[in-house]
Amino acid sequence: MSVARHPGQSLLFWLIALFLLSFLVIPVVQVFFVAFVDVNSGGFTLVNFLDFFRSSLFRESFYNSFYVAAMSVLVASAIALPLAYFTTRFEFKGSVIIQSLGFVPLIMPPFVGAVAMQLLFGENGSINLLLDEYLGFTVPFMKGLNGVIFVQSIHYFPFILINLSASLNNIDRSMEESAQNLGSYGMRLFRRIVFPLAMPGYVAGASLVFLKVFDDLGTPLLLNVNNMLAPQAYLRISSIGIDDPMGYVIAVILVVFSLFAMWIASLALRGKDYSMIQKGGGGLAKRRMRPWEKVIAYAIVLLILLLVLSPHIGLTLLSFGTIWSYSVLPDGFTTEHYAEVFRETPEYMLNTLLYASLAATLDIILGTAIAWLVLRSKLRLRHWLDYIAMAALAVPGLVLGIGYLRSFLGVNIPFGDRPLATWWVMLVIALAIRRLPYALRACNSALHQVSRALEEAGENLGASRMRTIWRVTVPLMAGGILAGFVTSFATAAVELSATLMLVSTESDAPLSYGIYVFMQSAAGRGPGAALGMVAVLIVATGTYLSHRIIEKSRRERSFERV
Amino acid sequence: MSVRIELNNIDLSYGTTRVIKQVSLVIEPGEFFAFLGPSGCGKSTLLRLIAGFEQCQQGDVLIDGRRVNDLPPWQREVGMVFQNYALWPHMTIRRNVAFGLEERRLPKEEINRRVDAALERVGLLDYAERRPNQLSGGQQQRVALARTLAIEPKVLLLDEPLSNLDAKLRIHMRQELLALQRELDLTTIFVTHDQEEANTTSDRIAVLEDGVVQQVGAPMALYDRPDNLFVAQFLGSANVVRGQVSECDGRPCFVSEGGLELPLPDDLGNPNRVQALVFRPQNLLRCDENDPAALFAGEVKLREFLGNIVRYEIEVQSERLLLDELYGRGLAPASPGERIGLSIDPRDLRPMTNA
Repeated sequence: MSVARHPGQSLLFWLIALFLLSFLVIPVVQVFFVAFVDVNSGGFTLVNFLDFFRSSLFRESFYNSFYVAAMSVLVASAIALPLAYFTTRFEFKGSVIIQSLGFVPLIMPPFVGAVAMQLLFGENGSINLLLDEYLGFTVPFMKGLNGVIFVQSIHYFPFILINLSASLNNIDRSMEESAQNLGSYGMRLFRRIVFPLAMPGYVAGASLVFLKVFDDLGTPLLLNVNNMLAPQAYLRISSIGIDDPMGYVIAVILVVFSLFAMWIASLALRGKDYSMIQKGGGGLAKRRMRPWEKVIAYAIVLLILLLVLSPHIGLTLLSFGTIWSYSVLPDGFTTEHYAEVFRETPEYMLNTLLYASLAATLDIILGTAIAWLVLRSKLRLRHWLDYIAMAALAVPGLVLGIGYLRSFLGVNIPFGDRPLATWWVMLVIALAIRRLPYALRACNSALHQVSRALEEAGENLGASRMRTIWRVTVPLMAGGILAGFVTSFATAAVELSATLMLVSTESDAPLSYGIYVFMQSAAGRGPGAALGMVAVLIVATGTYLSHRIIEKSRRERSFERV
Repeated sequence: MSVRIELNNIDLSYGTTRVIKQVSLVIEPGEFFAFLGPSGCGKSTLLRLIAGFEQCQQGDVLIDGRRVNDLPPWQREVGMVFQNYALWPHMTIRRNVAFGLEERRLPKEEINRRVDAALERVGLLDYAERRPNQLSGGQQQRVALARTLAIEPKVLLLDEPLSNLDAKLRIHMRQELLALQRELDLTTIFVTHDQEEANTTSDRIAVLEDGVVQQVGAPMALYDRPDNLFVAQFLGSANVVRGQVSECDGRPCFVSEGGLELPLPDDLGNPNRVQALVFRPQNLLRCDENDPAALFAGEVKLREFLGNIVRYEIEVQSERLLLDELYGRGLAPASPGERIGLSIDPRDLRPMTNA
């Protein structure tokens, strides 16, 4: 019945469903399929998993991935906890700095700065050279797994910081006051009231960090740590070949752990929607710091700030440095690396701009359409689009890449003789699928803010459904959609794991791939860093713009209400 | 057993904004006392000051004769029920109620006994293992009350406790609150912006406005003898007629700015200082225009049927007066446009010197 009434809606629904099915569901199912199927007989088997756990290298990789992810959560928490404490408990000017730290992982993905960190904190890096010279000892910051933990935690701690601060700020002052009124104070009050109430936010942030680190391919590869799961999967597929089941087994393990981390987060949050803030009351009571507390707080914040900025500092030095080895600073400075990348490999940048903008465009079209279907249509299966699109969150880029290679194996591009899987268009689609959950969220919340009554007013005044969408709904959503576009663009520009799997020729490769290739050799580090700086610039501009857009549309909206 | 609360010359500012100005009050042992006023008048601040969540720059807070200015909230033994109830969502009802007793390091059996008793008292013993978000607003309110009463506080502070309940439940809860307070003989302060709530529950009310106590008294006394226009108008509706004492036909009378002539009330005070007369709409009496009892005549401009009463807005000279009549008693209802006669007993007029 509804099909007959709204043929357009149904058509749109099926088109999107087909797209998600082809480029998300089937590739992932394909990966699972291969992992559970016997190569010879074609029947269901667990033998691949047995083989996996029989190999000492894989057992070690599994352990290492788990260890690195868990330790990163621990170190990231150690960085985030004092910062969250300062901002929520004290009237502290440094809070502004702390809040802006939240954007760091967005601006620069960890793999970009990994090599620079090696030069700053490695065995013969600047810090250890200084330590050795003045204090006579060195610290193995970057030794083996330590390096991955170190780089990941200073990149991802803001996820914990943001989530934890948000839930701390959500605690109504009366929660604390009622405890005081009943005779509680100090540490006991913190332990019994504040901490449990902030817990859901912390767990959400921590599980996100765990998931990001567990899935990450680029950082361990660039730090030359190969005995972890994601690098093993990549190396198996790229060296042994697409038929080797081990890559698929690892992919399945990655997905399962991603789902596990997301499940933990949702458990922590379920039924704990402690939206406690009532009237103007606001969050916990803050007090002014005593002078000595201020000194300590600033010292800690400054130290963390230096740490967080060190990849940026290192990358800057590397990109402008001539030779930088066994010395605190590069021997000299030059702009030659920039000239080189712009002169010799401009295609990296051009490809990135092209791919990221196409992917982001695809994302907002899909995001708007799905949001609209879910919120405004009455199609029976509409929520499934939402679920499937959001499920992309649990699919690491590496897994999606493997899935594409496998699913489109032997298929050639339309009207050509090249394989479809490594066609650059597939990379664009992979990027779009990876970023779709974020774009969808942005579009969803934008549409949520457009009251149905505004559309009904349009229809009441004689505009058709389509005309109303075009003249009322979309303009009102514009701010949110644009913000979604910019975020998708910025993050797609530095995606590495899917890229590594799907790029076959350098002429098709984007920035992230270029950085990876350059950073492989000592001579390529300079140009690689210069490319990294370009990437950071693109992403930072994008992030800044999206914030401006969100701020602006928020201001306009609040203005409308007056 | 119950205690007295004294506030002496309290002055409290946030930065440069003075929110409480020279407030002095005495709340007697066992009294149900209300702080009544519009939002922003300082009533909640005053309550929070007694609980220890605000610090005053001047003045003393005495509970049971002891100065508590420097005592932190957790040592004051003052039970407070928060407007949003402030039940901790991560604890069951039982754990919420037990909290204060656990903080007092009471033995386990005693805690259990007192939690059961407190929940029993508010009729929620069966809900002990639930979480706050599984309870209705009225039930949450009761839990908050039980949690506070479990510690057997010396004083009970209620911060707009009924404002989050629907109208029916509100009436029920205020009766329950009052019954409980009487039973426990507990000195209680109740903050509200709703005059009906204050009137129905309280022994005495302090009307606050702009950080100043406007008047303190029993509900009926405040209604009958408001000290100033704010109190007159905040408690119920009032007709305010501005003007001065003058002479009509050789007798002293009150002549309004709008040309209305009214008799003088008995307890006039200094006639030269009277600037307005105030009277309640139900004290204005309607009669036939030509009735000899009519003091003046006017035209009905508006009639509102409110169920139990009919409210008229009547234009007399250039004054607009409100008149309330019980519906279904006396004369048949008048219609807009009709001219009617009006009279009033001089004893129902209240002179104001500070209009």
